[in-house]
Amino acid sequence: MTASPPPARSAVSPAALPPAGLDGFDTAHSRLLTVPGGDSWHYVDTADALAALGAEPVGTVLAVHGNPTWSYLWRHVVARTLEDARAGGPAWRVVAVDQLEMGYSSRSGRSRILPQRIDDLSAFTEALGLTGPVVTLGHDWGGVVSLGWATTHPELLAGVMLLNTAVHQPADVPIPAPLRLARARGMLGAGSVQTTGFLDVTLSLAAPPLPPEVRAGYRAPYPTASRRRGIGAFVADIPVDASHPSHARLTRLAADVAALEVPALMLWGPRDPVFGDRYLDDLVGRLPHAQVHRFEGAGHLVAEDAPVAESVLTWLDEYVGPGGRAGAGGLAGAGIVGDAGTATAPSCDGDGAGRASFTPLWAHLEERRDDDTDAVVELRGDGVRHVSWRTLNDRVTRLAAGLHRLGVRKGDRVSLLTTPGATLTAVVYACLRLGAVVVVADAGLGVQGLGRALRGAYPDFVIGETRGLAAARALGWPGIRISTARLPRASARALGVTVSLRELYDGPSLDLPAAPEPGDPAAILFTSGSTGPAKGVVYTHAQLSAVRDALGEHFAVTPDSGLVTGFAPFALLGPALGARSSTPEMDVSAPRTLTARAVAAAVSAAAADIVFLSPAAILNVVATAGELEPAERVVLGGVRTVLSTGAPVSERMLSELVAVLPNAQAHALYGMTECLLVSDITLDDVRAVRASGSGDEGVCVGHPIAGVEVRISALDELGRATGSPSRAVGMLGEVLISAPHLKSGYDRLWLTDREAVRDTPENGRWHRTGDVGHLDADGRLWIEGRLPHVIATSDGPVAPVGAEQAIETVEAVRRAAVVGVGPQGLRQFVAVVEASPRARRAALAAPELARRVRESTGHPLVAVFSVAQLPTDIRHNSKIDRAGLSLWAEGVLEGRRLSAP
Amino acid sequence: MTVLVTGASGLLGRAVAAEIADRGVRVRTLQRRPSGLAGRGGGGSVADVAGSVTDAAAVARAVEGVDAVVHLAAKVSLAGDPDEFTAVNVEGTRLLLDAAERAGVARFVQISSPSVAHAGSSLVGAGAEPADPARARGLYARTKAEGELIALAHDRPGFAVVAVRPHLVWGPGDTQLVERIVDRARHGRLPLLGDGTALIDSTYIDNAATAIASALERAAHPDAHGRPFVVTNGEPRPVAELLAGICLAAGVRPPRWSVPAGLARAAGGAVERWWAVRPGTDEPPMTRFLAEQLSTAHWFDQRATRHALAWAPSVSLDEGLRRLAAHYAAR
Repeated sequence: MTASPPPARSAVSPAALPPAGLDGFDTAHSRLLTVPGGDSWHYVDTADALAALGAEPVGTVLAVHGNPTWSYLWRHVVARTLEDARAGGPAWRVVAVDQLEMGYSSRSGRSRILPQRIDDLSAFTEALGLTGPVVTLGHDWGGVVSLGWATTHPELLAGVMLLNTAVHQPADVPIPAPLRLARARGMLGAGSVQTTGFLDVTLSLAAPPLPPEVRAGYRAPYPTASRRRGIGAFVADIPVDASHPSHARLTRLAADVAALEVPALMLWGPRDPVFGDRYLDDLVGRLPHAQVHRFEGAGHLVAEDAPVAESVLTWLDEYVGPGGRAGAGGLAGAGIVGDAGTATAPSCDGDGAGRASFTPLWAHLEERRDDDTDAVVELRGDGVRHVSWRTLNDRVTRLAAGLHRLGVRKGDRVSLLTTPGATLTAVVYACLRLGAVVVVADAGLGVQGLGRALRGAYPDFVIGETRGLAAARALGWPGIRISTARLPRASARALGVTVSLRELYDGPSLDLPAAPEPGDPAAILFTSGSTGPAKGVVYTHAQLSAVRDALGEHFAVTPDSGLVTGFAPFALLGPALGARSSTPEMDVSAPRTLTARAVAAAVSAAAADIVFLSPAAILNVVATAGELEPAERVVLGGVRTVLSTGAPVSERMLSELVAVLPNAQAHALYGMTECLLVSDITLDDVRAVRASGSGDEGVCVGHPIAGVEVRISALDELGRATGSPSRAVGMLGEVLISAPHLKSGYDRLWLTDREAVRDTPENGRWHRTGDVGHLDADGRLWIEGRLPHVIATSDGPVAPVGAEQAIETVEAVRRAAVVGVGPQGLRQFVAVVEASPRARRAALAAPELARRVRESTGHPLVAVFSVAQLPTDIRHNSKIDRAGLSLWAEGVLEGRRLSAP
Repeated sequence: MTVLVTGASGLLGRAVAAEIADRGVRVRTLQRRPSGLAGRGGGGSVADVAGSVTDAAAVARAVEGVDAVVHLAAKVSLAGDPDEFTAVNVEGTRLLLDAAERAGVARFVQISSPSVAHAGSSLVGAGAEPADPARARGLYARTKAEGELIALAHDRPGFAVVAVRPHLVWGPGDTQLVERIVDRARHGRLPLLGDGTALIDSTYIDNAATAIASALERAAHPDAHGRPFVVTNGEPRPVAELLAGICLAAGVRPPRWSVPAGLARAAGGAVERWWAVRPGTDEPPMTRFLAEQLSTAHWFDQRATRHALAWAPSVSLDEGLRRLAAHYAAR
């Protein structure tokens, strides 16, 4: 197809076909259409291509680009729909327009504002004779225009899909800085029209950077100032305030969007200086049934940064297309209500624990409102503070009232940047009682990780101590800020603090609103971030209550029990269990600071018989046991149960722990943020399993606790977990779990959610853990590593932990990692060890060491390296970064210079 | 049944002839020097025919009455007269193929080299890509690539052709690789290139021989005929470890000094060019080809080979090194 270059100077020109040869853009689908009135459009239409394939379209995707792009933005979507149709999948026709004054559509010399643009698009689809069902797809300004079309064509509409866009600009919030700059006097013309500045900046937002040929594709229709007038007009059309001519239309549109009931999809690049998470949060509020996925690391040009085409097609097939959740009827027309049963709208389905058995988390507080015995004991440097059940209940009630007065409502998100203790406990129960969703991210994520987590969850309120609030202020974290302590007015203003908890306590009491339902979301707990960016894990009230019940039943916690918890999620469950609880003095962001003496003090203060510790804390408790006074040893002798939660812990460490707590049965609990209790094994069982010499590889984590179901999904030759869930003995695969206390889903991570429940059994709620392991003949679960660390060899997939344990039996080896090199399905084993004495630099292991390491394992090792230190993830400083190590080994074994991994 | 083995005076040729004879088959050999196998006891008999594969009359005599051919005869060296390489590795192969087909031979195994298919970059889990004379480095690889293409083009019903590419064959009595390594190490002239961490495959002599014998048996199988197969021990090792293993087996000190890989490649290229114009028949100490071989990864996907040839190595790397050590200890 030939095309004439756009006229150089003329301000008025008709639509033209794009030139051939633009990277990834197939001009075979380019069409021109002149509508009544004379405007002419360039658009991409795959109708003819589908007809040539003999594929009957199931519907049309009407794609609308933003500023300053053109239909080139949708080239991957176009290609993917045709590929799918060619492969026999549902055929989606794509109609992707170049908006007027943009791309290769006509230039009229007129400035178009929003109402006009919506009318323009409607005139276009009418001239085209577009019939339903139609699913709109819009980015940036195209999101707004496409929603304008969607809300005015209910008879054709079957769904809406949005990428980084906005329909609402809060009156009290200035428009994003980059747009303010673009709109500034003099800049409007200069930045967006006279020069390619605005275009350049937008293209530079891609992460990773766009290849030159793609940049050239985006720039192609905009070589001259007269061709770029439309870019400037769009910038000028941003309705900065109510006096703007587009403001009224946008306001009406925002309201109309909230009334849409068709399935909705939002794909977002959070690294967007313009349409940040604020706007996503606003849209989620308007379309709460939408599937939402934030691609961490992606930016404004999310269609370039993330697998958008693939996601769009997946979603269309699942939620709109024939056989999708909306059913075949969904395509007959408008008014389809999307299935809200996903994690993005977790106020929903099957909570395992039925309503009949549901006891609210705060039930004990109400029951014991006249009880003057200890509920929470807080240990700080300045002494011990006892908080009775009566006081705790009183605080919770008054705080709930105060928060409600401040505007905290059911479903609002409240982020807690507070150290464990009596205050945090009261705040948590007050929020739960109101139905507000508590957002808890471990301070161990670091400021950057915490900020990423908070921007993702987009809390409405933040409650914190000065340090957390200062970070929130300085880094622009979202949420109305509430301080735990009353601050001098100047500090409060400097931190942007609205109110202190003390002021909330002191307000007039008030009847609390109705309690939340069991299916309402209760909490978002962030994962540790040791396996990629931290993910928000959503729990409903029923699920959180089920966590409490599982914990209480498994460890026989009664109102007579005293708990010491050095592990955050469980620390908060004490009052829900009706047990006394205390948190030992420690820096929560550094569990290794917990000393044996601090544990003894906490045990003594709460007369505790149960102690929960993280593996890192156990290390330090054992290391500092020598400092214990005789009296403290006596106190620790009163503990009957000690348990390790989190990463697996070795038999030796548990043995050493029992030496400090001589009368305690030691348990190692296997679980994860998504399901805090999966299985449990006692030290006695660990010893018995070892003595039995079963030959199983990996770490035995014991039997699933009551209510938990475990299945294994076998690995294929490429190490992917594709096997149907099974209870087969000795079969390596991904560990699948089901439990009443399982999470509801991930927050705003639709694709992650999908993957976590992929091919799971139909009965019950299931979760793919990403851990690999097997079940033994006695029904015990063995963990052998993480799915991405599985080594897919030509003899089948192998998990690394078994080989590592074998290598660690070699006397000269302190720690070992086994990783794969080479193509999937053909990977070879490489061992990397920390030897004793420590190697000064990375090198091939000396022949004798290499021989011993090789002999220790049945797996053939192509190379053995000795390094000074194995790379570990920053978060735990304990989990070996096997992915990084594998890349390192691959490089070195290809002949690259040997440097430290 | 009678099998012709060409080039049976070399390490691999001798081992192949012996392996086939051990399977109870009559073996005829063709080479310029006696194979040293004639009149050996056990298994089938071995009879020598003296001559070169470039000699049409000798070739015609050699293929008369044989059922299958294993073609190992080749000019193998790192430098030399280009015409000589072509005469032996290209024209000699063509001559033999045509004669064999005319004589009613049913199976033909062409011994080739992995170097026919790559240009010196890293090979990580590589398959047996088609031979490519344009990309192959050095006279040997280029002419062997042509020879392999000619051989596989001859494959047709009734005349099954398989190409086997053993990679870096070594073992007791090896003068090509082991002796050179040991000799240089003994004189302190064996450097490691780079850190010696490039992962390379190698093939113990007995495994190469059984693989070729298996290829002969399986030549007409639908999975095998018309295709090339790389053969290795399937136990890649860092080059330093392999060199050290060979040196230790021979009782000499392993290399301790290293030359930056890039420098070795550049120097190898210069030496190669100088050697080409210098009269004489000895070989250059380091060619660019060898430098690449020893400083980049070379290991292969053995799944197709093992499946199609119904073969697996029977001697592990460690066992091979033990046998090498026993060989040196007995000398």
